Amino acid sequence: MTKPLSGSDIAQQIGDQFPDAVTDSNETAVFVRSEALLDVACFLKESLDLNYLNNITAVDYNDYFELTYLFTSLTSNHSIVIKTRCDERENPKVPSVVSLWQGADFQEREIYDLMGISFDGHPNMKRIFLWDGFQGYPLRKDFIIDVPGGGKATKQGVNDA
Amino acid sequence: MEIERPYVSSELDRVEGAEIDALMAASKEPYPDPVAWLHEELQRNVLLTSTEHVIDWGKRYSVWPVPLGLACCAFEMICAAASRYDLSRFGMEVMRFSPRQADLLLVAGTLTWKMAPALRRIYDQMAEPKWVVAMGACTVSGGAFRGSYSVVPGINLIVPVDVYIPGCPPRPEGLLHGLMELHRKVLADNLIKK
Repeated sequence: MTKPLSGSDIAQQIGDQFPDAVTDSNETAVFVRSEALLDVACFLKESLDLNYLNNITAVDYNDYFELTYLFTSLTSNHSIVIKTRCDERENPKVPSVVSLWQGADFQEREIYDLMGISFDGHPNMKRIFLWDGFQGYPLRKDFIIDVPGGGKATKQGVNDA
Repeated sequence: MEIERPYVSSELDRVEGAEIDALMAASKEPYPDPVAWLHEELQRNVLLTSTEHVIDWGKRYSVWPVPLGLACCAFEMICAAASRYDLSRFGMEVMRFSPRQADLLLVAGTLTWKMAPALRRIYDQMAEPKWVVAMGACTVSGGAFRGSYSVVPGINLIVPVDVYIPGCPPRPEGLLHGLMELHRKVLADNLIKK
């Protein structure tokens, strides 16, 4: 069983290296500033031997987006969760980690496609599922769809006209 | 030496997106069933000449489907074609993967807007006479995904549909029943003034 590392312990290690990168930490996760994400990720990859990126996901909290990164070391058999916030809503940007983990490529494109967060430094930042010209970002909480043939859909469900 | 590339991928994306947007804008109203009046009329009075009857009999027992398995319904369709339910009893054992050799479009599964131009193209490539069966809740109305940003709420926005088979997914028996309903429709086909 993979051992989840304590976020507080790791926050300590990061804090020694990058003094103002960590904003918060608890047992399960470390919260870092998005500007420092790439440096922190690079540092952790080396020091904790995090050779595998399990997943990246984004959450819309209406006031801000939060990105969650789950990293695992397949050699040392431990894992860590890094979270970062993005307050911008019009044109949110976060540094890409494709340069460190190739597996981030499609996941970052998926987040860009459905949540509208753009990743700085991604080699091919374009939509992955939806077609070119699609209006809006469907996984955002404020997204509204016009259903062809009548009705409007929101996150609360479909209202057929 | 640099090889000249025949296309730029961003240009392909743009063309594909424009095609989907155009189809979406043009697909506001569902196609009505052209022969919705048929069953009612048939009950009132039927007049078929013997030649028509023989031709229709032939057509009926050689409906070659082109399967469009888009989601889980496809497995029920595969079951219906396998030995237990044996679609070949209806002269349908030849699943043609070329639309030009088929006269029944069997749409099984969720149709997304990104797939919709392909469905329309397959339909357009089929030769007359041709029929369309919508198998499963997603094809009939969008099903559980109605109101999603990416799913077509009913394939009758894209192509005219002859038989609707509800169910999520319909059992093979359901599909067979739908196909027998289609047979009834094929028999009466010549009544329609084209």
